[in-house]
Amino acid sequence: MTHDVFMTGFGGQGVLMIGNLLAYAGILEGKNVSYYPSYGVEKRGGAANCMVMVSDAEIGSPVIGAPSAGIILNQASYDLNIARFKPGAFCLLNSSLIDEGALKRDDLATVRLPLNEMALELGDARLLNMIAVGCYAASCQSVSLDALKGALKKVLPERNHRFIPLNIQAIDLGAAQINKG
Amino acid sequence: MSERQLVAGNIAVAMGALAAGCRHYFGYPITPQSDIPAYMSAELRKLGGTFIQAESEIASINMLLGASACGFRAMTSSSSPGISLKQEGISYMAGSELPGLIVNICRSGPGLGGIDASQADYFQSVKTGGHGGYRTIVVAPASVQEMYDLTILSFDLSDRYRMPALLLADSLVGQMKEALELKPYTLPSDLPAKEWAVTGKLWRSDQRIVKSLYLGEGELEQHNWKLWRRAEELKEKEQRSEGKYLDDAKLIVTGFGSAARIAKTAVEMAREAGMQVGFLRPITLFPFPEKAFAEATVSCKQLLCVELSTGQMVEDVRLSVARDAEVAFYGRPPGTGSLPTPEELFAQIQKHYGKGA
Repeated sequence: MTHDVFMTGFGGQGVLMIGNLLAYAGILEGKNVSYYPSYGVEKRGGAANCMVMVSDAEIGSPVIGAPSAGIILNQASYDLNIARFKPGAFCLLNSSLIDEGALKRDDLATVRLPLNEMALELGDARLLNMIAVGCYAASCQSVSLDALKGALKKVLPERNHRFIPLNIQAIDLGAAQINKG
Repeated sequence: MSERQLVAGNIAVAMGALAAGCRHYFGYPITPQSDIPAYMSAELRKLGGTFIQAESEIASINMLLGASACGFRAMTSSSSPGISLKQEGISYMAGSELPGLIVNICRSGPGLGGIDASQADYFQSVKTGGHGGYRTIVVAPASVQEMYDLTILSFDLSDRYRMPALLLADSLVGQMKEALELKPYTLPSDLPAKEWAVTGKLWRSDQRIVKSLYLGEGELEQHNWKLWRRAEELKEKEQRSEGKYLDDAKLIVTGFGSAARIAKTAVEMAREAGMQVGFLRPITLFPFPEKAFAEATVSCKQLLCVELSTGQMVEDVRLSVARDAEVAFYGRPPGTGSLPTPEELFAQIQKHYGKGA
């Protein structure tokens, strides 16, 4: 079984961080993984995308035309990418920043969460990405939540390890949005 | 077995070089390979090695020549326009029978071009970009693990055959991260000692001279034939390729590096659709795996070659296959965001499948 997920937002939202986190979680579970980033030249504000694959089998292409899961964090990324997804794909939309409007797709398994507000409520706007990846993992089950949490130590630099408990809270909050349903 | 780490391809090259005992790096920064010098600058300091950001690409290739002449494992890395600048030095290294690793994380051209993943330096690498008629070893990794493993192999082959080795990849393989397993490295016991290295005469009675200038009567001709014999031996012994689903294949898809990576998923899609499609990927571009192509085309007469260029390796494929095999080509020269998708390559497979039957 191969899981692919396309994550997209603007620079600073932490898309590449959760891409790395998911890939590392896959390694911790003994899976094959690939993480392929693409981003603008800007440090903040430019488009930031990555594609992550987690598989029991060998991974061929690290990029795929029609992804089967997505995490979309802002309007520009939504407008640019929503048409690509495979019918039935799981799609987490950050409803704080996305108005689906005319591009709305009825054939996706869409979950809408106000990630900006949820993150602020948890205590830090920057936790938005962790809520998103927790929600994705709970829904698509490409990796376990435990592996995701275990990977925090691998992906965050030593100096930020004191924030791990808060990040774990954020992952759990995201997962709870699926599990309560 | 070591713990698997999540590592970017460029970093895997640097880690492989260090594992192989390379302690001397000379380079000049250029996207998309600057992770390599960045990593080397931090790690070589700890290991007591040499890291020099030279004043130019030309300076750095000549520093590599110098370190190699002294018998050290050493390397440089750059990207396409920078590699063009190094060609004179590569020719001098080849003429002087010097080993050494040159890494090209290829970007798009010609000229200044752009920074997107490209495979358009195939001709320059394989047919050699410098003057005078020589050969270099060329390897083409398609995964992060291969970035590590083939870096190590390049050092071994380069020392064994006394010719420069080129590692040709692009930003897809260079910046992608995958699980990397570090393997313990031991120097092959049959590698000949570097009895040509200029180390200072000290107690030795023989004089060693590393040079590419031969003015004596008949000397240069002999020298050229010697280099030729070594390249022929390389062709005979060191061809490497990866094959899958070749036994019953009615169409074989081929490509190298990143294009092969994408094509492999397209081949899996075809198999799922019940089509008998095979996959053949050159791992060494020089020597080109002619034997594998000749063997595969005894029974399969239809090939599709995919490259991120307007078509270069396809020429070597056509030279290597059985005479009655047909080689189709699909190319995607680079442009922003224009990597082909597996779906797109699957459509190409559908277009060509069954035509040769």
